[in-house]
Order: sequence, then C-alpha cells, then structure tokens
Amino acid sequence: MPAAAGEPVSGRGAAGEEAVSLRARLRVNRPAFTLDIALDVAPGEVVALLGPNGAGKTTALRALAGLTRMSGGRISLRGRDLDGLPAESRPIGMVFQDYLLFPHLSALENVAFGPRCRGVAKAEARRAAAALLERVGLADKAAARPRQLSGGQAQRVALARALAVRPELLLLDEPLAALDAHTRLEIRSQLRRHLDDFDGATVLVTHDPLDAMVLADRLIVVEGGAIVQQGAPAEVARRPRTDYVARLVGLNLYRGVAAGSGVKVGELLLHASEHFDGPAFVAFPPAAVALYRSRPDGSPRNLWQARIDGIERHGDNVRVHLGGPVSAFADITPAAVAELDLSPGQRIWASVKATETHAYPA
Amino acid sequence: MSSSTRERAGRLPWMLVVPAVAGLVFLVLPLAGLLIRAPWSTLGPRLAEPHVLEALRLSVVCASVATLICLVLGVPLAWLLARVSFPGRRLVRALVTVPLVLPPVVGGVALLLVLGRRGIVGQWLESAFGITLPFTTAGVVIAEAFVAMPFLVISVEGALRGADQRFEEAAATLGASRWVVFRRVTLPMIMPGVVAGAVLCWARALGEFGATITFAGNFPGTTRTMPLAVYLALETEPEAAIVLSLVLLAVSVIILASLRDRWVNSP
Amino acid sequence: MFRRLFPWVIALAVLSGCGSGGPAATTASASPAGGAKELTVFAAASLTGTFTELGKTFEAAHPGTTVKFNFGSSATLAQQIVQGAPADVFAAASPATMKTVTDGALATAPATFVRNKLQIGVPADNPAKVDDLKDLADPKVKVALCAEQVPCGAAAVKALAAAGLKVTPVTLEQDVKATLTKVELGEVDAALVYKTDVIASAGKVTGIPFPEADKAINDYPIATLTKAPAGDLAKQFVDLVLSQQGKDVLTKAGFEAP
Repeated sequence: MPAAAGEPVSGRGAAGEEAVSLRARLRVNRPAFTLDIALDVAPGEVVALLGPNGAGKTTALRALAGLTRMSGGRISLRGRDLDGLPAESRPIGMVFQDYLLFPHLSALENVAFGPRCRGVAKAEARRAAAALLERVGLADKAAARPRQLSGGQAQRVALARALAVRPELLLLDEPLAALDAHTRLEIRSQLRRHLDDFDGATVLVTHDPLDAMVLADRLIVVEGGAIVQQGAPAEVARRPRTDYVARLVGLNLYRGVAAGSGVKVGELLLHASEHFDGPAFVAFPPAAVALYRSRPDGSPRNLWQARIDGIERHGDNVRVHLGGPVSAFADITPAAVAELDLSPGQRIWASVKATETHAYPA
Repeated sequence: MSSSTRERAGRLPWMLVVPAVAGLVFLVLPLAGLLIRAPWSTLGPRLAEPHVLEALRLSVVCASVATLICLVLGVPLAWLLARVSFPGRRLVRALVTVPLVLPPVVGGVALLLVLGRRGIVGQWLESAFGITLPFTTAGVVIAEAFVAMPFLVISVEGALRGADQRFEEAAATLGASRWVVFRRVTLPMIMPGVVAGAVLCWARALGEFGATITFAGNFPGTTRTMPLAVYLALETEPEAAIVLSLVLLAVSVIILASLRDRWVNSP
Repeated sequence: MFRRLFPWVIALAVLSGCGSGGPAATTASASPAGGAKELTVFAAASLTGTFTELGKTFEAAHPGTTVKFNFGSSATLAQQIVQGAPADVFAAASPATMKTVTDGALATAPATFVRNKLQIGVPADNPAKVDDLKDLADPKVKVALCAEQVPCGAAAVKALAAAGLKVTPVTLEQDVKATLTKVELGEVDAALVYKTDVIASAGKVTGIPFPEADKAINDYPIATLTKAPAGDLAKQFVDLVLSQQGKDVLTKAGFEAP
C-alpha cells in the first residue's frame, strides 16, 4: 500500500511536510520504564504500533491523546504543536480497548457527545450521530444503551463516536482485542473499510499480528519502550528483526554472519538464497523444515542433527520443538509424526532447503 | 423456626451469622422498646396536637434544605478530594470528617463562635447585611448541614474513587472540558453514590439535636425540630417523648425506604 | 405466622423488661457487697461545684469511702432512678422532679436544703442596657429563657407572671447552663438564670437581682433512696449537706438557705 494515499493537503506546511500529517517524538520516563519513540504518519495512512505487553504501545497512544504527560518530545499535527494542549483541545478521536461507551447514554447520545462538546447544536449533533451510526450499520440501535449492545456493536459505536468529532488524528487502542474470534473477523474487515475512508492520520495499537497486517499500511514494532523495526507489513513479515516479531509472523529467526550464500549461526552454517557478506539475519518457516529418523540420502544444503524438546498441536499440523545447534520449530503433518514415531528426547535429523531460507543484513 | 430456615442457616458460616444476628437484634431492640412502651391508647390525640405537626414540618423542611446545601457544596468538595491532587489533601480530608467526631454540642458552640452575633463572620454579617443566624430557622439549617455534610462528602468521594476514571478520559478525548466531564459523565455515573450520601445526610440532619439546640436555640415554630421537642418532652412527660420519637421514626423510615427503592438499588 | 413470631415476642418482652436499667449504665458499677465503700449521689447539674467539694469533705471524714456523682438534668436523673439506677442519694433542683421519685416510693422524706433565686443575667458589657425585668419585654432585647419543662424555665414563667410582663424569648434552652452560655457568648442580651450560675460564670455574666424573683424561688430537695445500696453512708452524706458546714459551702456559691 502506498504511504500517502490520503487527500492532497493543499499548501499546508513546508513543502517537505506535505506528506506528513503527524510527526511525533514521544518520551515518557517512569521509574523502571522509558518510552522513547519517533513516528511520522502521512494523511490517510494507518500505522500500527505492534509489540508485546508492557512494551509502551498504549503509553505512546495516551501520550498522543494527551492523557499521559510526556517527559519530553514533541507532537505536531499538520504543522501544529499539540504537546502543550490538554486532551480536550486536541483534534483527535480515540477508540479505547473496552470502548468506554458512557453507560448512562444511548448509542446515539454517545456518538453525539463529542460534537456537542465541540459546540455543535443539539439537533445538528444528533443528526450527524444518526448518520454515522447508519454508516457503521447500527441505525436500528440508536436508542440502545451500551449494555444492550453486543461486543461488535459496541466497537462500531465507539468508532462512530471517535469519528464524530471529525478528528485529524484517529487513535485506536487494541480495537479488536475484546471481541470473540468470529466477530473479530467481521469487524476487522469493516474497520479496514472505515479506515480507508478516513483521510486523517491513524495510529493503532495492537499485539495481534493479523490485526496489524490487515489494518495497517505500516507497522512499527515497539519493544521495551523503543522501536525495534518498522516497515510495510509484508516486509516486516518476511524479514523479522527480533524474536518477538519472528514468533508473531511464524518464522524461525537466527542472527549470524554471512559470507557469500552461507550464514554462520553458531556452529551451524545455513545456506540461503541471498548472497552478501556481514552480520545477517537468517529466517525460514517451520513448515519448510523436514525431519528424518536417519541421515537422509541426497544432500539437502541445510542439514543438522537435532533433539526433540516437545511436540504440540498447531492448527491442523503438529509443531515439533527442536533443540540442538539451533533451536527451531518444525511444522509437520500428524501422519508424518506417526510414521516417524516421534517422542520427546529423541534425536532426529532436520533439513531445510536453501531456497526456503532467507538471509538479510542485520 | 421452620426446618427449612434451619437448614439454610446450617450452610452459612456461624462465625458470621451469629454476630450478624446479634448486631441486628442490638440495633432493632431499642426500636422495639419504643414500640412496646408507646402509649398506644392516647396516640391519636397526642399526634393531633398542633405543636407536633409544627415540629415535624420544621424538621423535614430543615433537613431537606440542609441536604440541598450539602449537595451543592459537598459534591464539589468530594470531587476535589477524589480527583485533584494538591498539597495537604490528606489533611483536608481529615478536616472534612471533623464534624463526625466532634460532639455536636461543641459543633454548635463552634458555629456560634464563627456565625454568632459576636462571631468572627457573624459580626460582619450583622453589621453589613443585618443578618443574624442564631435563633432562626436558617440557623437550624446551618447547624444540620454542618453536622451532616461529612456523610455526603465521604459517600460521594467513595463513589468517585470507585468510578472508572477512564470514562472521564474518554470524554476528554471527545473534547469535553473538566466541567462538562463532571456534569455529563462523572455525575451521572456516581449518581447512586450521591443519592446514598444525600439519604444518609438527610437522615443525620433529621435527627440532629446538639448542634441545633446550641447554635439555633429552641423556639416553637422557628427552631424547635422534632429531636428538640423529644428532648424537652422527656423532661416532663416521657410518654409524649416516645410518641414524638415514633413519629420521627415513621416519617424517616417511610421516606428512606421509598428513596432506596427508587434510587439506590436501581443502577 | 404466630408460631414463628411467638418466641421473638417473648424474647423481646423479656429483654425489654431486663433492659429497663439501661439509661443508668454509666453508674452501673455500683458498690460491691462489703469491701471498699462507695456512695453514689445523683445531683442536679447546678450542684456540680458545691457537691464535688462536699464529696471531698465527706471522703476525708470517712476514710476508705469513695463518693461518685452523677450530675445531670433533675428530670433525667429522676427517670434514671425510676428505671432502677443504683443511686444512694438524690438531690433535685425542683420538688416536682423529686416527686417523680417519691411517687414511686423510691425515696422518703425529702428535705429542702437550699433555695435558688433567679437573676437577670446579662453579658459583662450589657449591650442592651438592661437594668430591670421590664427591659426584657422590649422587643429589641434578645432574651433567652429556660424551657418551661425544666425548673429554671418554670421559675422564669412564674416570675414574669408575677411581674405581669409578657416576654417573647428568642429561644427556650434545654437547661440553665445552655441559657447561660448564650449570655456568655453575647448571643442574647439577657436571660433569666440562677444566681448561682451567675456567680459560677466568674464575671462573664453580670447578675441583676429583681424583686419578682422572690415569687419564683426554687427549692432543692434532697433524699436518701429506699433501695440505697449504701444506706448508712447515704444518710450521713445528707446530714453533711444539711449541716452548717454544708450550708457554708452552698451559700458561698450563691444558694440561699431555706
């Protein structure tokens, strides 16, 4: 997805800033935790902050919203400084993890709340709110109280409420985390459509890689309060740079030193399809790993002897945890498990084709 | 006691049930004493006496006005204590509860020292506006509000602390100023706590005696509320005092019970 | 329904019967049988100073004896005695309250030991320039009286009636001390209080005698109680109060001999 898919921002800011809606450097110091990240978001772009729990994603989002005081840094939105402004004066809309719909107000009143606070006349605010509810497919739920709504409906009302203030920056905190798997699928694609229609900058926080891939134009991976990797979702998925990302996207990842087509990872030399020299990451999917009871004939380029540390179900397949010179996951069919008669502690041969092994500079 | 009751009690932990029942008996027994000793045969004529109704009306009006004042002043005070951190907040919170521990009579004297004719503020009130508070119905309201306000503040502050502040944050991101957040989000969400506090406050004001008689004095029609009438009746005619107490009790139970059903139990 | 309630009714009846000693709980630690001797005196609040002094004198004259006082409104004390409070001596501020006790055959042959006379009490600076009883009828003068239900109030009504005056007070206080406080704080311009209270106020309240006070003199009766746990001591204490020594202490405080 192109980075700047949004509407042209005519004559706003300096020429170099035209493609940037949000430019922020966020610093929050807490005892035992420091957040320090920089992010730029183009108009219409959706950036996902992805990271494990406690990485500082939500803190970053709250700092953008003005709900958490920053220790330093700057936030500028369309060339205007936000960092001095209280939350209520920032042109933002925010969807919270558990939506936080006001329980004493109807869905319509929840959506109309923002416009009313920003000085829109009551009748006009209600008309706009009704239109937004219609857009998210909840026209018939206008009079319902939040506790009468299902999770998916509440999520859509929360989105409508955030969009009702016509924000320049939309913030979404784990927007799908509170939903069950089935609803999630449906709401995710609806949310994608609504985000496509939104022409401001969007920052969303998630720990779910699928949400990030489907919803975002660009991923920023945050670990321990700092950015460890960023890029287009496909790029991040193909070339993870931390164990966390590798686990998320389901790749075995190692750090080593490349020389030509071989990457030395500890004692083991892994051959990849790329050729270069220097510090490198090398990655292959678990499904690319083949297991043998005895040393296979022929000569697969990457072959090593491993120990089985564990076996578990993984979707329709079986995931085998391998120890040895490198630890790795191997995904094989249940039939293969039976045929090989695998059990923990057993020694086994593992191989990966060089064509399925990818190396890239670290 | 029927067997089903006994069966049910068997499953409950007696360590809790026994003190609970003892506590209930302890609270209810004095009321039973009043009911048993009440001069039922002469109840009608005694109740019909105009001074009874006069004192009752005065009690209900004063307690209600005092509760209103407590709401107007106490809810913002509770908000300040629960939501704004300022130096000395713990001290202020302790000060707010002072009227709870202060013997009401002392409270009444304290009010005289401040708002009395020669009091620090009272002097000025009289010279500047010609307002004197002691021995007036307004004085009764002030004495009752002074004694009852802590009940409201503590109750509302508790509700505020229990309320999820993230709703207030959500409102802020929608552009609501702190005042709008309070009025349109916080207040509706803590309403059960406010009502419970107001009910407690009203009940305390209704039964107020010490501060009232000390600060506002005792004169039929203007400052003699039911508790004062009860006290004086006790000097000469204990039976009349019981009747007056029963009236006060009945009125408060009816009002509290109807309020609870309507407000406190429904979310 | 009745079956379920019946045990409760019994329990309530029994308990309410047993519990009638309740109001006297403060004095319930009555003298133990034999051993150290203890005398419990219920006395009107206006006797607090003088009786405390006489109690010390009594203890000095009877080594090993402790005198415990329960000072309060005479009517309340009488109620407590009627409800079974273990008292030895009752000194009341009015014959009416003593009558409550003698009517119940709980005390015999009360003797009047002092009398108390009303005075007009005014703040030390006398802001309303009150100098006789007529001034109290002036609507501009704020007056506090005791409530009619308590002895000082009854006396005030009598005195004002004798003077043929109609006074509208701003408040009817529950006891004479409360009335006095209102004068001390300057909340009222004048009040009808006892001469003893004026003296006890140590200059904060000025007393103005008035002739009609003679028509409303309050007799203070004292009596030993028939169920007195410390009967002999009770009699000796009453004798002390009625003795010349007792009279001296009481008149010094502003009481008049009967």
